Amino acid sequence: MPFLENRLNINRRHFLGKLSIGLGSIALGSLLMPELFSKAGKQADGLPLGVQHFAPKAKRIIYLFQNGAPSQLESFDYKPLLTKRYGEDLPSSVRQGQRLTGMTSGQDKFPMVGSYFKFRQYGKSGAWVSELFPNIADIVDEICIVKSMHTEAINHDPALTFMQTGAQVGNRPSMGAWLSYGLGSENQNLPAFCVLLSRGRGNGQGVYSKLWTNGFLDSVHQGVQFSNSGDPVLYLSNPAGLDGQRRRQMLDRLAQLNNMSYEEFGDPEIQAKIQQYEMAYRMQTAVPEVTDLRREPEHIVKMYGADCLVPGTYAANCLLARKLSEAGVRFVQLYHQGWDQHGQLPTEMPLQAEDVDRASAALIKDLRQRGLLEETLVIWGGEFGRTNYCQGRLKRDDYGRDHHPRCFSIWMAGGGVRPGMVYGETDEFGYNIVENPVHVNDFHATVLHLMGLDHEQLTYKHLGRRYRLTDVAGKVVHDLIA
Amino acid sequence: MKPLFARGTLKQWLLPAALAVLGLGLVFTIYANTFVPEEPLPEVVDYNMHIRPILSDKCLKCHGPDAAQRKAGLRLDVEGSAKGELQESPGHYAIVPGKLDASELYRRIVSQDTTEQMPPPEARLSLNRREVKLIEKWILQGAEYKKHWAFIPPEKQALPAVKWTTWPQNEIDYFILARLEQMGLRPNEEADKARLLKRLAFDLTGLPPSLELQQRFMADNSPHAYAKVVDELLQSPHYGEKMAIPWLDVARYADSHGYQDDGFRTMWPWRDWVIHAFNENYPYDKFVTWQLAGDLLPEPTKEMLLATGFNRNHKITQEGGVIDEEYRIEYVTDRTNTFGKGLLGMSFRCAKCHDHKYDPISQQDYFSTFAFFNQVPEKGIVGTIDASFADPPNMAISDEDVASQLQFINKKDTAVVEVMIMQDSAGIRSTHVLRRGNYDAPAEVVKPSTPSAIMPFDTNRFEPNRLGLAKWLLDPQNPLAARVFVNRLWQEIFGRGIVKTSGDFGMQGDPPTHPALLDWLAVDFREHGWDIKRLVKLMVMSATYRQSAQTGREKLRKDPQNLFYAHAPRQRFAAEIVRDHVLASSGLLNPEIGGPSVKPYQPKGLWEAATSGRGILMKYIQDHGPDLYRRGMYTFIKRTVPPPVMLMFDASNRDQCEVRRPTTNTPLQALVMLNDPTVLEASRVLAERLLQDGSPVEEQITQAFRRIICRLPRQAELALLREYYASEYEAFAAAPAAAKSLIKVGEYPHAEIEDAAAVAALMQVIHTLYNMEEATTKS
Repeated sequence: MPFLENRLNINRRHFLGKLSIGLGSIALGSLLMPELFSKAGKQADGLPLGVQHFAPKAKRIIYLFQNGAPSQLESFDYKPLLTKRYGEDLPSSVRQGQRLTGMTSGQDKFPMVGSYFKFRQYGKSGAWVSELFPNIADIVDEICIVKSMHTEAINHDPALTFMQTGAQVGNRPSMGAWLSYGLGSENQNLPAFCVLLSRGRGNGQGVYSKLWTNGFLDSVHQGVQFSNSGDPVLYLSNPAGLDGQRRRQMLDRLAQLNNMSYEEFGDPEIQAKIQQYEMAYRMQTAVPEVTDLRREPEHIVKMYGADCLVPGTYAANCLLARKLSEAGVRFVQLYHQGWDQHGQLPTEMPLQAEDVDRASAALIKDLRQRGLLEETLVIWGGEFGRTNYCQGRLKRDDYGRDHHPRCFSIWMAGGGVRPGMVYGETDEFGYNIVENPVHVNDFHATVLHLMGLDHEQLTYKHLGRRYRLTDVAGKVVHDLIA
Repeated sequence: MKPLFARGTLKQWLLPAALAVLGLGLVFTIYANTFVPEEPLPEVVDYNMHIRPILSDKCLKCHGPDAAQRKAGLRLDVEGSAKGELQESPGHYAIVPGKLDASELYRRIVSQDTTEQMPPPEARLSLNRREVKLIEKWILQGAEYKKHWAFIPPEKQALPAVKWTTWPQNEIDYFILARLEQMGLRPNEEADKARLLKRLAFDLTGLPPSLELQQRFMADNSPHAYAKVVDELLQSPHYGEKMAIPWLDVARYADSHGYQDDGFRTMWPWRDWVIHAFNENYPYDKFVTWQLAGDLLPEPTKEMLLATGFNRNHKITQEGGVIDEEYRIEYVTDRTNTFGKGLLGMSFRCAKCHDHKYDPISQQDYFSTFAFFNQVPEKGIVGTIDASFADPPNMAISDEDVASQLQFINKKDTAVVEVMIMQDSAGIRSTHVLRRGNYDAPAEVVKPSTPSAIMPFDTNRFEPNRLGLAKWLLDPQNPLAARVFVNRLWQEIFGRGIVKTSGDFGMQGDPPTHPALLDWLAVDFREHGWDIKRLVKLMVMSATYRQSAQTGREKLRKDPQNLFYAHAPRQRFAAEIVRDHVLASSGLLNPEIGGPSVKPYQPKGLWEAATSGRGILMKYIQDHGPDLYRRGMYTFIKRTVPPPVMLMFDASNRDQCEVRRPTTNTPLQALVMLNDPTVLEASRVLAERLLQDGSPVEEQITQAFRRIICRLPRQAELALLREYYASEYEAFAAAPAAAKSLIKVGEYPHAEIEDAAAVAALMQVIHTLYNMEEATTKS
């Protein structure tokens, strides 16, 4: 019974060797031997595995990150006053000394500019949505728009890092890593935290592996980046000339050899190694199955748009995200690049919106049809907002917007979030928040809460300090929760 | 107490465990205590070893150094306050030595009343049973306070007495053995020669012992055979490479600037210097002084200036529109934190925004230390991407320099290379405390100084600049510098530090498992002129190091984490070394030292998918020929997309100073070893070489085994591998196309061998060897 023995040994190692680590070792154990833990967990009380602090609303997250920061003023935050006062200088009473980036701090005028695109109200909620997002407008009663997000950073790198890790600098774990650590994996053949990248046609900003880093957590919690070409997971495929049967033959010999070492040394780590090879072998079957989009039925392809069959597009990544999530991946993180409209906003933003509008809405519909929306939290948004004034020369059909930290819009759906709601309000100028501000820390606290985790309890002690995703702040925004 | 798995099935055990965890929230230890035999309370409860860690972790957040957070005016880290009359409860005292009843602290930690309980229930920091018992015994024994152990300068104590007097090889072993004997454990005898040689060769050079060395050592029966090999390996030029790897983590060395655009930089000559310094065995004081303050030495040479690149290895932004001062402050912060964590073993960073909550580092102390690094004539942003590969202040390195004083630099072409260096323009700016650590919130002005709790900065003895800081650090009275380095070297060789938290010797750090040994080593190191090679030799000559790695029930039960070294640790190789071993054992390794970093095989599209679309590092342009086979430490590190295999094997992403890598064991690592073309190519090339030798199959397999596992195969292993070879041969002979396509892997020229099935079958056998746990483990 080598299998049973292996299991025992792994657990002996993790529970003898890592007792004092507590939570971490359980989550680690759950990735190494998920089926064991999931069975135990489910038998215990029907909860998913892992260590929740209270009953979760959501089990999984899909985060559609709009990298580069889409303008709230051309998407979800309608400000007719800016059109009315086109070209007028932003009153300093509104700006209130807000620091500016080096790109506009030298401007002597800050001419206000309203949306080039038309807005209209949709759904029962009557939410305003711009004409750039007709499909999202269609599902507006299923989503919760937060217009009062705010951040502290004014540049991409620190702002992105803040949204993802709760700190502007430093090498802290990203949201997905925290959830992998806190809740473990639901699937024995797939990583708990997967990352998908795509690029739009607008001015882009890079992404970096730091955004899906495990930070000081064990590297099992690192986001696994899926590739658009070649192997979906790095080094997944057997080499040319070697079929699955030959590989199996090899793994059997390998296990025998490793067992001989185990007999000599008695080191439980050797048994853990054998198990890792078995999981790798299972991944080799599971990952290609889940990433094969060609077998999706026609109505699904139609819903996401034809692009969803082109690997590496946002649409393909949305569809892949649904499949991964459906298979139990705890956190699927998408990044769609190209939202940094410092100039040429009227020409670039429609291209970006065209890339994401249909597929984002399709994902929500698809999840709902499958009965998965309630347990899947979908988040759509960027790292900060954009200024209500023009960067550079203002023309009727050409303008740009600089970075703006004081307000931006995101939306969420499913996963216990209150649908059909617009939360928070900004002033007429679309510059300051006047009602229900949601700080990045609050957003993180709320997301963790939806996943059944108390943001003050999900901690990891590193270099003498207990770290949290929310650092030392953050309040759960209960109004957002259904 | 029964052993963990003596009863019940796993399921029966896991169920209550899972329930317990769900119920308890975070801390698992209480439940765990019912499984693991609890260590008896110590005879004498020591403040530093037993009590301070509890107070620090559970109490000091509100009753510690941070004045802003302090509750009830009570400090438990200061004896006067802890034993004085309570401000809010006159006539009451937190701690009354010898009297539990009168000690309010004790009453509160055992109280069941949630309005009185300490720590308060909402803090979720409650003490476990053992912690309560320790405090109880400590108060009864007189509640003696001591200065934090790490702030007391180390002293050499007499070697402890041991019963097994023939086991020790040198001083280290007395400390180790005495502790084991206390626990009723017995260390192992010396490992077999082959295993010992493998362990040694990897520890000293990061490379496997060559077949020639294996044969020579096995045949040498003289009593000094081992010592001879130690000396030989210490002289190898690869010693410097191996020693450099952890230092590059400390120094957050990389080949790109970091942040979102992440342009190219040329700091590799600094990396070449580090290798050189280790190979030349620069004493640690010189090694550190040059890096901290080489530019401030009288008439600095170009080599000294190059060494100061240490403090310019931090990330630098090129993102248009950032505020210059915000980032300049960020760089100075990075240097300050690196100095704290890397050289002092203290986590300074908390004190940037507020007084440290646990350690005696005030915000004022933080910015006083910050002041040393704040006189550099630098900018937060020099220009957009590719404006500069080495932002000023920098230094050009010409061919003449390399021909004369900088011969260790592996410069490949005649173009001038620029490296970033340190420079002081004293007085160019004053240093302020920054409120909440914000660059735009300056408060009072501070002078360069250091946290006085560690050691006062005596301006009569130390200049108020980085050179003075280096002298302060290396002063015989400085309690930390020697301990921290000795501990990190121990961590490299024994897998974990004597202080496990090698970056945190403060209140929240783990206390040393062997305090007297740590102090002995630290003092001995300093007394012998900070001689690094001598220290390495001392460690690897010890019986503690040389013992075998076998473990057993008794050892696993009494010391499951092997904290006390009843057997040698088994440790997976570092990321770079996994690669080095594959290349070296197959004969592919290009042993060249230093030079510009290289770009070996990497899955397509990784850089391209993540780029901002600017700069020369937009695309990964793979190298060819000998550059494909350089050691792992020379693989190009682009910070935003570090080499994926390195990260999978727990290497640092070089974002900031790191002093300790975790060791994980994941399926992604298995996939790398199974499918990475580097490993497949090495298997193919070694198979071809062995086939060309024309020896019998059994001999070929044995040869491969010796190269990769570094010992002779056992009968059972050999039989299994022979059988495997035969079955693979049969399969590939029946599928010649498959064989041909398998052996096509890699750019290394193919040998002319008729029998493709033989190459494929032997390649499979070799590839299996590379995947054995033992192949990439020190054991």
